[in-house]
Amino acid sequence: MGQFLRDLQTYSFLQYALIAGLLTSISCGIIGSYVTVRRITYIAGAIAHCTLGGMGAARFLQKEYAFPVTPLQGAVTAALLAACIIAMVKHHSSQREDTVLSAIWSIGMAVGIFFISRTGGYNEDLMSYLFGDILMVSQRDLLLIGILDLIIVGVVLLFYNKLISVCFDEEFARISGIRVELFDLLLLLMIALTVVLLVQVVGIVMVVAMLTLPAAGAGLLVKRLWHMMVTAILLCLVCTTGGLAISYQLDFPAGATIIIMAGMVYFLVIALKKWGKA
Amino acid sequence: MKKTVIDVQNMSFSFGSLSVLEDVTFSIKEREMIGVIGPNGGGKTTLLRLMLGLLKPDKGSITVLGNSPKNSSHRIGYVPQQRLFDPLFPVSVLDVVMMGRVGKSWGGPFSKNDRELAAQALRDVDLYHQHQTAFADLSGGQRQRTLIARALASSAELLFFDEPTANVDSFAEQNIYNLLSKLNEKLTIIVVSHDVGFVSKYVGSVVCVNRLVHIHPTSEIDGKNIQDIYGADLAMVRHDHRCSEKGHTWVNF
Repeated sequence: MGQFLRDLQTYSFLQYALIAGLLTSISCGIIGSYVTVRRITYIAGAIAHCTLGGMGAARFLQKEYAFPVTPLQGAVTAALLAACIIAMVKHHSSQREDTVLSAIWSIGMAVGIFFISRTGGYNEDLMSYLFGDILMVSQRDLLLIGILDLIIVGVVLLFYNKLISVCFDEEFARISGIRVELFDLLLLLMIALTVVLLVQVVGIVMVVAMLTLPAAGAGLLVKRLWHMMVTAILLCLVCTTGGLAISYQLDFPAGATIIIMAGMVYFLVIALKKWGKA
Repeated sequence: MKKTVIDVQNMSFSFGSLSVLEDVTFSIKEREMIGVIGPNGGGKTTLLRLMLGLLKPDKGSITVLGNSPKNSSHRIGYVPQQRLFDPLFPVSVLDVVMMGRVGKSWGGPFSKNDRELAAQALRDVDLYHQHQTAFADLSGGQRQRTLIARALASSAELLFFDEPTANVDSFAEQNIYNLLSKLNEKLTIIVVSHDVGFVSKYVGSVVCVNRLVHIHPTSEIDGKNIQDIYGADLAMVRHDHRCSEKGHTWVNF
């Protein structure tokens, strides 16, 4: 661990990575709790995978036509668009929801791969999109992550009561005059933003694990939604910081190490819970 | 003269080509306790959802508290079946009851008034001592009472119950019926139930739903119209939990 701590004082890329992990943990714990209690992991998965389309297209425009867009901005656009489509299908269409989600999931990826193949230069970016590259986070990315974090925390603070009502009993919420479609859309948009943050840290493929494992572990330990959020944030912090340190020290891929940590934490909580009862 | 709180005129509803309710006309006055009975698939739940504004009639009209159901639904306290809830959802009893207040503001934290109304609602259903307990850890009867408290916390003028005694043991059932009678002193109550015994004992009138809808005072319910409603021969069994040692004696429903 000594090497990690020493280098942390010297290298800014390592400091940025650590801060990115800390900031992401906040929205990950909060939104992950909603995803888990609402049982909409599949929606999060679809949004995550379709961000590849946005990143691929943005990178293509940036490299080939010198458009002032970054892959991160492309990812935000794709994720928000996917969230809007999903919300529309859910409330205003007779299509099967999981069919539409699968379409968003795979078409998004296909578009991304198409654009990446048409973009000149090295294609190693593809790997960092899929599996994350927390060590590549720049100062500018940190600023965006920070802003997205603020938005998510602000919205949840304002509308916590509405959101928990809609998640717990949609019908009752509608009868009591809450605009369920609006808050459902709001939740999906926040999931989209959180997914984009997590793509930076653990990559498209593993986003779903970060949204569910810490929150599910937290859910086993506490009995109220906001307690679950706080506990999930702490578990996310342990996973991102611990995963980063271990992966740096032992030269493992960071994203995968963070996810394995999250898996271990989840199973540890289950074991402790069983053991505590016995 | 009691005010009319629900007025249904020549209302019909169908799902696609399947006619569920036909030419329904009835009205309900304030502080009545009405039982809605009928066979499964007869349209009880559909009628309830129409009165809540969750569905729109194809023909005719529904007026609730002098307005369209959709515009009045926030004045209705709806108590759904408690078995529909996710047992893993992390909420306390008080959290659930507070949800009755959520529709009253634009957002932000609850006011002191909201908290007081929720606490009072919990006292009304005699569950205040459990307010910190997880909803998932409650018994069926306690969950039902929590959902009743949530409806009360919304300061509703009308209460709708969907099968309030499903998944509840007979002691808790008795408790819930007593609670309903008490609430009926101030509020209009509509109870969807398959439990004809309950209906005969507690409610003033029944709305019988099997595509067609009839409303009768409970005293008129007998074997003949039960058979009409359910469309089959039925043995009448009293749902009376206080059996005497000598067995049942038939009484007029």
